[in-house]
Amino acid sequence: MSKIRILVAKPGLDGHDRGAKVIARSLRDAGIEVIYTGLRQTPEAIVATAIQEDVDAIGVSILSGAHNTIFPKIVTLLKDKKAEDITVFGGGVIPEDDIPFLLQSGVAKIFTPGTATEEVIEFVNNSITPKSSAIA
Amino acid sequence: MITSLVARAIDGDIRAAARLMRLVDDRDPAHNEAMGLIYPRTGRAHIVGITGAPGAGKSTLTDTLIAKFRKDGKTVGVVAIDPSSPFTGGAILGDRIRMADHALDEGVFIRSIATRGHLGGLSVSAMDIAAIMDAMGKDVVIIETVGVGQDEVEIASVADTCIVVTVPGMGDDIQAIKAGILEIADIFVVNKADRDGVDRTVKDLEMMMELTARRSGWNPPVLKTIATSVAGVDELVGSINSHLEFGKGELREIKRNARLFHAAQGVIKERISAKLSYGNLSKAIADSENNPYKAVEILWNTLLR
Repeated sequence: MSKIRILVAKPGLDGHDRGAKVIARSLRDAGIEVIYTGLRQTPEAIVATAIQEDVDAIGVSILSGAHNTIFPKIVTLLKDKKAEDITVFGGGVIPEDDIPFLLQSGVAKIFTPGTATEEVIEFVNNSITPKSSAIA
Repeated sequence: MITSLVARAIDGDIRAAARLMRLVDDRDPAHNEAMGLIYPRTGRAHIVGITGAPGAGKSTLTDTLIAKFRKDGKTVGVVAIDPSSPFTGGAILGDRIRMADHALDEGVFIRSIATRGHLGGLSVSAMDIAAIMDAMGKDVVIIETVGVGQDEVEIASVADTCIVVTVPGMGDDIQAIKAGILEIADIFVVNKADRDGVDRTVKDLEMMMELTARRSGWNPPVLKTIATSVAGVDELVGSINSHLEFGKGELREIKRNARLFHAAQGVIKERISAKLSYGNLSKAIADSENNPYKAVEILWNTLLR
């Protein structure tokens, strides 16, 4: 009875987590176990939490404009910890022009404002499988 | 494969431990062998249960306890349980939000789990995960139950020390003498003690305790805390340590055996319910002309085979 586990993370200084909560709630309604970090987490804390919780993916919400720094940092830290099997995706206020760079940095998917929650669920269901059956 | 995963987890490899907990939580077939290797290495950690109504402050209190235990040089494991949706099976596990300060402390391992349909305040896997933390060498393992009502008392039989958290204004002295959750406390905490009515709540609980026949000779203290400002937390840790001291020897042995019993009982229940599939049961009910008692007679013999 394996279940997808996702960490919804809110890095940086912006104090607005309505979007993160809407996504967390939608994932919950899709039968997923969501761990929410709360506001103002560092990339280091997010990665440490993701590893302790053995999540399949980290969904990052960033509204502060720091996405070009924070996303690659999370991806690099996961690699350092040999946890690159954890998928990183995200959303927030992210200009179209920045998306290619983020995808190139190892982020699996970026959702921009106005994305339907169904689209996020579809992405999760199609590209993330719970890892428990494959022993690390 | 599983043997090396267990060995790495016991050695302190966080990824391995986290994955092992996943196998256990998912009831992956491999978890049986894994737990068979884990349980002989348990029995050293002080298992502390924290229970109480939703919003009473269990997570915030847990956060302050972690900080205090760490200051005292102890390593800490936390199993934090939140409810699964009865409709979708999904969950939002938010206990960690209050414990964010400890995310980077290597002496602290926090694992959030969902009830996945289990009643009683824990999940099927909760005590197995606590056992893994024990085997990893954590000095204290805190089990924060799901927010409970009156009757979810499973934690009492498996924790060395059981803390019941309440808040002022949760009811009158009749609530305090009802059976259930209030009977199981080794330590009472009246949190949010800056609110009106705190003295009344403390008095109701103390009076209730005076009427309670003690089974062990331990007098459960009633403590006031304000978890958000850490007020009263030193006293709480003092009481936890006194209770640990009090329980040394016989009581601790009883609790340890209770945990092993609980684990074995859990596995038996799982095996029975695995055989009691919806299909089997509905067929038996149909075969018995819609008589559930007769259906059980039909099924029981096949179950025990």
